[in-house]
Amino acid sequence: MIDSTFRAAPGRALAGARPGVWLAFAFLALIVVASAAPGLLAHGSPDAADPLRTLQPPGAGHPLGTDQNGRDLYVRIVYGTRDSVLTGLGATVLALGAGVLVGGLSALGGRAADAVLMRAVDALLAIPGLVMALLMITALGGGTVNSMIAIAVIAAPGYARLVRAQLLVVRRSGYAEAAVALGRPPVLIAVRHLLPNALPPVLLLATLGSGAAIGATAALSYLGLGPAPPAPQWGAMLQQGQEYFSLAWWTAVAPGAVLTLTVLSLTVVGQYLQKLPAGRLER
Amino acid sequence: MSAAPVAEPAVVAVPAPARTGYRRRILTRLGHALIVLWGAVTFTFAALHLIRGSVVDAIIGNNLQVTPEIRAEVERRYGLGEPLWRQYLHQTGSLLRGDLGESYQLSMPVSQAIREQVGPTLTLMATAITLAGAVSLVLALATAGRSRWVRGPFAALEATAVSVPQFWLGILLLTVFSFGLRWFPVIGTGPGALVLPAVTLALPVAGVLTPVMREGVERALEEPFVVTARARGASEWIVLSRHVLRHALIPAVTLLGLLAGALTGGAVIVEQVFSRPGLGRLLVTAVTGKDIPVVLGTVLVTALFYVTVNLVVDLLYPLIDPRLRD
Repeated sequence: MIDSTFRAAPGRALAGARPGVWLAFAFLALIVVASAAPGLLAHGSPDAADPLRTLQPPGAGHPLGTDQNGRDLYVRIVYGTRDSVLTGLGATVLALGAGVLVGGLSALGGRAADAVLMRAVDALLAIPGLVMALLMITALGGGTVNSMIAIAVIAAPGYARLVRAQLLVVRRSGYAEAAVALGRPPVLIAVRHLLPNALPPVLLLATLGSGAAIGATAALSYLGLGPAPPAPQWGAMLQQGQEYFSLAWWTAVAPGAVLTLTVLSLTVVGQYLQKLPAGRLER
Repeated sequence: MSAAPVAEPAVVAVPAPARTGYRRRILTRLGHALIVLWGAVTFTFAALHLIRGSVVDAIIGNNLQVTPEIRAEVERRYGLGEPLWRQYLHQTGSLLRGDLGESYQLSMPVSQAIREQVGPTLTLMATAITLAGAVSLVLALATAGRSRWVRGPFAALEATAVSVPQFWLGILLLTVFSFGLRWFPVIGTGPGALVLPAVTLALPVAGVLTPVMREGVERALEEPFVVTARARGASEWIVLSRHVLRHALIPAVTLLGLLAGALTGGAVIVEQVFSRPGLGRLLVTAVTGKDIPVVLGTVLVTALFYVTVNLVVDLLYPLIDPRLRD
């Protein structure tokens, strides 16, 4: 529900501005490279400590400075990309799967199923996102996989609602009625005709939602509920460096700035993609 | 307001149905809210029993050695030996009596712990929503109907305000204004210590509210009553404040219900970043300490808050916007 609010509201003009969109795509390409092959962007180990050079400010040798253990922040940020980004993406994929299942059953499974499932979705939405994630972490325990599941539980109800709404629209279209008239089995109609046409707006929402999910997993790590200490995950880096922010501002700025740029790029790209179908229709 | 009078012969019959309509609306919304709350209670109960291994171990703490007597005592006190459906009925029954159970770590009733911590959180949220509302209103009025060159930078700011992870925004403000410039105390309970947390909580909300309000203002500016007011010779200020504002506020009020959830989640983060007392701190401490009764109690209180705010917004809506009364 929150996701769809955020989708409608911010920064329309930014998405329309070409340079912003290109910058966002370029940054996301960089993120993909850093996730797939961090060795291409950074040399050295993210865990190489140097007790003689702790909390060094940005400068030659250490472009973003060093942390409390003398580890190079740039190398750690590059190597932490995969964990930071994939947890959020994984959560989004899980949430999408659950959303398609619940939304599909709700739209196509008859009135009783619809009533029960949608009330359940309402009930899940009544528990604020982060509070829900903390409840799931209490039940499942911390760590990367469990925070992925926790974030998926937050996002899934929104997707379920949108899938249901889309399916209800698509079901009334001519090709769907034709398929019914031809006597095709209902499951086949749902998978072949209804879902492919209902999904595009859902996938667009997922682009924006994956940004929110990446931010949320970082927040859980910041609360100390993410991966265990040596892992260079962005949120976890901010949690471990907390006591040194007053001494070394760069330890607070660098990981958060990369995180923010990632979420912002996904927002910008998502808003840009949302405008595309209209443009395609004009042509 | 000054809606065009429709030629309606049965004027006398109008007030009565409108009123029963509103009463029925109250009842259906109330029923819906209760069902949603019951669903949240059921889900929380189910989540508790997802815990891997025994619930008793989770309550005692995995690293602690306890005598079998204490273990039996814990089991008895939480009714954990009973079949699931009895535990469920028992818990739901206690909740209806306002009994949230006993905190294992704080050794006090959960309801007392929550009552002690709810004040600072409500202060924080109220300050933040006021701030966000004021900033959004000013920005919306200032940028409505302006050229691309004025709106572009503001739109970029709004997208950034929404995208920036709240905990990092807090860290950044803390590093710059408390550690660096020393304008505000790092921790404390005075009004000075409320500024940065409230700003952190308010900024993303303002990022959502501003475009919505601006759209409301722009739509209202095209209405015939604005033309009429201008033709009467009303100044631009009068047009905006007396005629346009009301219309711009209506969509924002609808959003308030949704923002209640975002504000609660944000408060958890903000309290952690700024080491403020409050429900969020209570919850995070309970999660890390596996203090399950406190986790459940806090979750249910936030759900109750969310449902109540949405119910109130739903019922106030027709009072704010007379067009929705029937």
